[in-house]
Amino acid sequence: MSTPLILLVLAIFAIVCYVVGTRRALAIAGGLSSRLHSRQGYYGAFVAICATVPAAAVLVIWLIASPLYINSTIHDGFPEEVKAQSEAQQGLSFGMVNSLARGMDVLTLEEIDAVGANPAELRAALGAKGVPLAGDPEPWMVASAGDLNAMQKISNRVMTAIVLMVALAGAGLSYVRIAPRFRARNRVEKVILSALVLASSIAIVTTIGIVMSMLTEAGHFFGRVPAWEFFFGTVWDPRFAAAGAGAASDGQFGLIPLLAGTLYIGFVAMLVAVPVGLFSAIYMSEYASPRVRSIAKPLLEVLAGIPTIVYGFFALTSVGPFLRDISAQIQGIATGEYANFIQAQSVLTAGFVMGIMLIPYVSSLSDDIITAVPRALRDGSLGLGATKSETIKKVVMPAALPGVVGALLMTASRAIGETMIVVLAAGVAARMQLNPFEPMTTVTVKIVSQLTGDLEFTSPQTLVAFALGITLFAITLCLNIYALFIVRKYREQYE
Amino acid sequence: MTDVVSSPAGVLDKPARRDIGIKRRYRAERRFRAYGIAALSFGLLFLALLLWSVVSKGYTAFQQTMITVPVEFSEQIIDKDNERATDPQKLMTANYPIVARNAVAKALGVAENDTAGLRAVNQMISNGVRGQLRDMVVANPQIIGTTQTVSLLAAGDIDSAWKGQINLDVSEDNRKISDQQVGWMKQLAEAGALGKHLNGGIFVNGNSSRPEAAGVGVALIGSFYMMLIVLVLSLPIGVAASIYLEEFAPKNRLTDLIEVNINNLAAVPSIVYGLLGLAVFINFMDLPRSASLVGGLVLTLMTLPTIIIATRAALKAVPPSIRAAALGLGASKMQTIFHHVLPLAMPGILTGTIIGLAHALGETAPLLLIGMVAFVANYPTTPMDPSTALPVQIYMWANEAERAFVERTSGAIIILLLFLIVMNVGAILLRRRFERRW
Repeated sequence: MSTPLILLVLAIFAIVCYVVGTRRALAIAGGLSSRLHSRQGYYGAFVAICATVPAAAVLVIWLIASPLYINSTIHDGFPEEVKAQSEAQQGLSFGMVNSLARGMDVLTLEEIDAVGANPAELRAALGAKGVPLAGDPEPWMVASAGDLNAMQKISNRVMTAIVLMVALAGAGLSYVRIAPRFRARNRVEKVILSALVLASSIAIVTTIGIVMSMLTEAGHFFGRVPAWEFFFGTVWDPRFAAAGAGAASDGQFGLIPLLAGTLYIGFVAMLVAVPVGLFSAIYMSEYASPRVRSIAKPLLEVLAGIPTIVYGFFALTSVGPFLRDISAQIQGIATGEYANFIQAQSVLTAGFVMGIMLIPYVSSLSDDIITAVPRALRDGSLGLGATKSETIKKVVMPAALPGVVGALLMTASRAIGETMIVVLAAGVAARMQLNPFEPMTTVTVKIVSQLTGDLEFTSPQTLVAFALGITLFAITLCLNIYALFIVRKYREQYE
Repeated sequence: MTDVVSSPAGVLDKPARRDIGIKRRYRAERRFRAYGIAALSFGLLFLALLLWSVVSKGYTAFQQTMITVPVEFSEQIIDKDNERATDPQKLMTANYPIVARNAVAKALGVAENDTAGLRAVNQMISNGVRGQLRDMVVANPQIIGTTQTVSLLAAGDIDSAWKGQINLDVSEDNRKISDQQVGWMKQLAEAGALGKHLNGGIFVNGNSSRPEAAGVGVALIGSFYMMLIVLVLSLPIGVAASIYLEEFAPKNRLTDLIEVNINNLAAVPSIVYGLLGLAVFINFMDLPRSASLVGGLVLTLMTLPTIIIATRAALKAVPPSIRAAALGLGASKMQTIFHHVLPLAMPGILTGTIIGLAHALGETAPLLLIGMVAFVANYPTTPMDPSTALPVQIYMWANEAERAFVERTSGAIIILLLFLIVMNVGAILLRRRFERRW
């Protein structure tokens, strides 16, 4: 049986078990549910859990283990001369065997007989069935493929049998345990609790996955390119990944120009977002009437809900051309020569649009923090005759400062990790320069450009993306942890 | 207020007051206030500008210029040797663009031997007519030999010109359509043959290199699959995780670590999730590239922290008295939570989930890395098939050079924003309707 079918059977079986178990419990209690330790549904659930959970576990383990075992057996069965070949060569042969096996499943017995041992005909026959082969199969490959198919068939049958047996056994064993004093609820709740623990560990697993996957791939990269050349290199010139060519090490992977672009664009974005966001937050929390606040705050937060790709498109088609044209006009008026000094794709364009995107982050985070400053501080200051703005500048803001700094750090980490705006608006040239009107590139842009298109996981041109990724992850993680630390510390002061 | 220094007359009849600079301070106050208003207006102005620029560029994408002419399905061109009964490929591969070209040429009165004229006519109709006419003929082979009135897709440049997006005042060499074609366009329009129709194609067509035939149909299906996967996986897992952390977890180092971890995961750049998906799901687990399954899994991991944070807030908001009452009546802790606390927290949880989904719907960067930037013209039937997503489609069109694609991109953005608005409004309504203040 196919895996989805087995799952379906298990699901139906679970429902049957639930109904049967519930009835049985009620029957044992003589129809009076008050004689049971738990409510009758728990007995049904207990039977259903015993029937399905071990069976599903067996299924998962089998599905993971059996291909590994089968593949290694097939691999061992390869002729000696093939085993003597390189890893990559063997991988290719193995791929051929795999596609052959898949193709021979599609062919009928007569067709296989008709093609016989003629590899070219076999290839043509498979091609007609929609299974293209990379080359003409050799006779030993056909034999291997036959073995593979046979083993997979056996494995599938054995698996189906074992899974169904485990399910039946689980159901039977739990069914006979049903008794009025049996503590079904406690058992079921234990299972639920472990499911809850499992769910919450996914967060940890994700983090471990991020760190491990990127460390492994980045480790492969640092095996090719020395770490100090990456972290302190000032030239980014990865070249193209030439398949099989030994010239791969010719590329230069200097992080510094990318990091400079990232920080520069982030700085411009913060230059826009921080004053606008902070003043909006102050106005909304201290001055605005509840009516204005109830309209303006959600509207400003709409900016945070707009996907970044839309900002990127806005930068690409509206802001960039506008800045370019206006710079040409200014140049024209000043010198009489109409030439633009701002490029359409530039640090300024990307930073400015990113700044607009960040306004709501700054404003809503600082708004919360400013509102959290105790009323008594304000009243004290106002009572001593300070104006509202003086109160804000001299009392509220200093009190809110740690929280605001935390909020700004979180915003900065967003600016550094932002991708789509810079991909569309910052340009791709990795250069180190200080003119904000020229294009620069960022870490995220390079991750995208190194990983789109055809890739092989062996060239440093591809693997460098993971080294960039782990750098990005480390920077944002540090910023966030530091921000969290500041915010937590600040909270303690007033509570 | 009296300023003593500037009005010496006041000194005589009023007791001397120290200059505390009240005017200056009030000016500063007004200035400060003005800064606030300016900042707020700046933000709102750019919100308006952003939306206006998208809508003004994009609303025309929902209209498509069509040329409605009588088309003669000539047997001479489609199936000269009358083979269609024996060879089904014949009808699929027939030269339909010629059929369409001849029809328009006839309507314009271009002679059949005027090669240059015919080529110019051909440039006016989209290559998409091939599929359009083919589908008509395959569905109903009887129409071969008859003449039917058909609305043909106009070429992208004609479409742009008719919508006024191409400046016709520049010299002929510098624009994509010739004076002759402009003349024909006007001629057809006067005859009532050329006009704007509602563009249903943008919703159902797959990607195409020709703007007039390109649509977001495949991307919508891909995005739908992904949202389904995200919802099915992240809602139960997120809720289960939050229940454990909020209600059961002992306060120790480990749960503290999980807490900090979740807060950090919510702030990890989305592109890092793309790298994770590429390394784990595609490279290690060997799942297919460009499949919406992988996209859904990556977006699930990305959405989980958001849902967990929202769910925990919602659980926290349920007052302890509810728990105490249920426990007091003899419910177990598990029963208390699943029968009483969770239902009361549900509106908050769903609101958080919808907002998380909306975020996932607009996410582009991680999908680029797992190969969803593929040119997919066919509908995916399962989540394992190559597909694309709405924001990725926008990204791909944004990189196209043709003028007509700017309009399509904006149109696709409008569709995306409409979905987001519907989801967010839904979340707000849900909150208004069901949220309880304790």
